[in-house]
Amino acid sequence: MQIFPCPFCGPRDETEFHFAAEAGKHRPEPAPEVTDSAWADYLYGADAPKGRAQEVWVHLTCGEFLLLTRDTVTREVLDVAALPGSREAGT
Amino acid sequence: MSGWRHPTLGQIDRDRPLRFTFDGEAYTGYAGDTLASALLASGIRVLGRSFKYHRPRGLWGLGGEEPNALFDVGQGGISTPNCRATLTPLRDGMDLRAVNTRKASRDPLGLLDLAQRFLPAGFYYKTFMAGGWMRWEPMIRRMAGLGRLDPSNRPPGDVPQRNARCDLLVIGAGPAGLAAARAAAGQGATVWLLDEAGAPGGALRWRGGEIDGGPWREFADETVQRVQAAGGRVLTDTTLWGAFDHGLFAAWQRGARDTHWRIWAARVVLAAGAIERPLWFANNDLPGIISAEAALHHLVLYGAVAGRRVVVATGNDGSYPVASALAEAGCRVTLLDAREDTPEAPEGVEVRRGARIDAARGARGLGAVNAGGQHIDADTLLVSGGYTPSVHLHCQAGGKLDWDADRDALIPRPGTSALIPAGAANGTFGLNAALAEGHAAGGGTGPAPNAAGATWAIAPMRPDPKGKGRVWIDPQNDVTLKDVKLAAQEGYRSVEHLKRYTTLGMATDQGRSSNFAGLAAMSELTGHTIPETGTTTYRPPFTPVPLTSLGGMRRGGLFNPLKRLALEPQHAALGATFGEYGGWRRPAIYSDTQAEAKGARETLGLYDASPLGKIEVIGPGAAELLDFCGYVAMSTLKPGRARYGFMLGENGVVADDGVTLRLDDNRFILSASSSHVDHVRLILEEARQDRFDPSRVFVHDVTTHWVTLSVTGPQARMALETAGTPGDVTTLRHMQVVETRWKHIPLRAARVSFTGDASWELSVPARHAPGFMTVLDGAREALDGHWIGLEALMILRAEKGYILIGKDTDGITMPQDLGWSRPRERRQDEYFGRRALFTPEAMRKDRRQLVGLDCDGAPLPTGAHLVPLDGPARSLGFVTSSYHSPTLNRAVALALVDAGRDRKGDTLGVFHLGQHRTARICAPCAFDPEGTRLAD
Ligand SMILES: [Zn+2]
Repeated sequence: MQIFPCPFCGPRDETEFHFAAEAGKHRPEPAPEVTDSAWADYLYGADAPKGRAQEVWVHLTCGEFLLLTRDTVTREVLDVAALPGSREAGT
Repeated sequence: MSGWRHPTLGQIDRDRPLRFTFDGEAYTGYAGDTLASALLASGIRVLGRSFKYHRPRGLWGLGGEEPNALFDVGQGGISTPNCRATLTPLRDGMDLRAVNTRKASRDPLGLLDLAQRFLPAGFYYKTFMAGGWMRWEPMIRRMAGLGRLDPSNRPPGDVPQRNARCDLLVIGAGPAGLAAARAAAGQGATVWLLDEAGAPGGALRWRGGEIDGGPWREFADETVQRVQAAGGRVLTDTTLWGAFDHGLFAAWQRGARDTHWRIWAARVVLAAGAIERPLWFANNDLPGIISAEAALHHLVLYGAVAGRRVVVATGNDGSYPVASALAEAGCRVTLLDAREDTPEAPEGVEVRRGARIDAARGARGLGAVNAGGQHIDADTLLVSGGYTPSVHLHCQAGGKLDWDADRDALIPRPGTSALIPAGAANGTFGLNAALAEGHAAGGGTGPAPNAAGATWAIAPMRPDPKGKGRVWIDPQNDVTLKDVKLAAQEGYRSVEHLKRYTTLGMATDQGRSSNFAGLAAMSELTGHTIPETGTTTYRPPFTPVPLTSLGGMRRGGLFNPLKRLALEPQHAALGATFGEYGGWRRPAIYSDTQAEAKGARETLGLYDASPLGKIEVIGPGAAELLDFCGYVAMSTLKPGRARYGFMLGENGVVADDGVTLRLDDNRFILSASSSHVDHVRLILEEARQDRFDPSRVFVHDVTTHWVTLSVTGPQARMALETAGTPGDVTTLRHMQVVETRWKHIPLRAARVSFTGDASWELSVPARHAPGFMTVLDGAREALDGHWIGLEALMILRAEKGYILIGKDTDGITMPQDLGWSRPRERRQDEYFGRRALFTPEAMRKDRRQLVGLDCDGAPLPTGAHLVPLDGPARSLGFVTSSYHSPTLNRAVALALVDAGRDRKGDTLGVFHLGQHRTARICAPCAFDPEGTRLAD
């Protein structure tokens, strides 16, 4: 049982979290300009890296999404941050 | 009969005899006995029958490694299968039954043993797969296997699940574990010291010894006191059975009531000791052949002596104290040592050097041994083939092993797991060395505890592939040396293949006394070294753990607790029968479903709609967020109005439907389906936090803050007037919403309908709900209205073709399949799931679409398949909802059918469990298709 750090609640049991997505994927849009294969790759293509991985998880009990950097082999949690949203992305 | 009770030895309470039965015969043991010691002292040798050949088997070991002595134990009306005799304390009135036989001493299936040469590894698979496994499986299952489950037995679900944290977790309270715990506690650390046995001390308990010049017991007692004084705990009868991620360990504590522990430790010392290996000669599984270590254990702790005429066969110094103690207890002891260079013969023991056993003799128990051409009469044979360190938890935690020829063992490779091994678990045998290693592992500074005595010399002992007769490698799964040879011949040479082909080490003892022999035999057969041959993967649990312990109190109503309505007592008082709907306990029926559904159409129906989701979306960014997350745009909705919409997944599949209310420019309430509220909230939150400025919009689930009562039917408006609700409520038109007050209480009213009749959803803060309900119920009574349960509501919505997401849709249903294609065709902006609505799959003309079904007679079975009337039979879809409509006086149904809308008017076959019927495809809405009843 892993312990994940929620940036808002602190360290919590992994059963309180859900995996949301691999981080760093950009949603291709607008839809009419996106090919079928690009969309399929966005939806279903996962890198599933061995070792260091950046993932988005959600802490179900507080509803906050977080950016988790962890090692998929050793299960070590390397870093955690709140999602920036569009404040930083500038849209 | 061979075992007997010594008149003085042992730590049992001879003033407290305990009665028990074994296979129906009565016996007596004493308080302090285990099942194993009580049976041994009672002289019973055949304790069970083997898994495959029904060979008679007896006691082998002293702890969790015991492969043979398993019992179904009945006591106080509860029967527990497969209890390990060595770990189960004897209690008065226990009823023991041998496993895999009706009676251990006489088993007609023992004849199977004569057919053994026709039953090699892989026999069942090779023979019966061809002949149809299904036909043979029940018979084979009756003949093989372990304990019996009593289906009527419901053991109590009362095992507490407890969590703990500590600075240092010490696994095993033998000398190394005690030294580690003592060193760490001395420095103020919080130490948890665990042991599988009933008391600390490990092998010291039967081997004895002096530490720091005093009796070991003083050292152990003092250590326990130090651990407790520093805030730690010592748990005995506790098996640490699993190492998990992030330093979590799981332990099973046995007692009058078990406890399940989850322990997180900053540091862990593995001092789990070692397990004695057997020796490999013909008939080495006969009852009466026992681990030498175990014989000493049972003698010293319980006064249970294994036999009277005893042969000890060994290749290491550790067996000499065993021979000595048995001789002193009055046995005639011959010690056969495989080595020429041996310790001195203990007093009263005849030692024969360079002697190995070729075969054991006896029918249902040991009678004699053959060693180097000599015949020695014996009722008991104690064997020691060396010791295998208990490295399971190190390996579970990801650790690797190294072969150490000097220690003749696979030992933990340093630094490959977070566990620090110490003592025999690390292949370090001998008291003084174990104390020193434990002391260092516990972080001790200064001199380690000190003990006299030399380390043991151990000569490697191996199975001889050329040996004659039937040589058992894994007694619990009945794997012989011949099976290992066969596996090698057939190319199953990797240990993982060997394990799967022969089932070696896959029994409930996890091959603790057998894996090494299988590995060594394969290494001899293939000419590879032991490290080249490799080891199998170690996985939790280390020992079988009862499901009652894992499940704890999560049973019945606590397994997945239902959400409860604030007005549940009031509904109960109205005579409601409750059912589970989407995680809520809700009224299913009040009196009669058909009468309720009919009454709601004719006059007035009331129902509790509180579980309906109420997700507030607030702020200047609210409309933008809802537009992106929803299939139907909400930014164009005017304040005070409601609009039906869908939420999709990014894969375009419908995730939920519901009505969105706009209360003002920057405030919406999204009515998610009651079972989808959490999911919808997460879709909104993810977009809010990832795509938008989270400071401009908030998402707040207030579902349980409000109680919602729905009033529906031709008399609904009259009911509201009778109840005295304000004019801005009664004058609402369809799809309008208002926030107002009833008396001083906030009231939100929405003209939204799930029945097809004019309906008002009335929401008040939960604490005001009882008073509000009383008033509405008074109006209902005056107008002859009805409370309607969920079952009646299901009929009303199905008559109208209103769907339930997840019931009338499945994992591929897109909005256009439900007849909602306008946003897909018209919207130019980005929304969640948009691109997926235009894939080749989404554009297919023959997609499975929602339709209604018209049929004669009784309602169609839900789940029935729709099939072509002629041509090859194939499923064109299935019935999703089906009811008898009391208003239409006929069956109504909804279905998902391939190209369903193009088939309108067609007749299809309906196939269910061998029954054929027919039905006609029609529009989903069977009642008031023009919607005139809503317009009121
Ligand atoms: Zn949190």
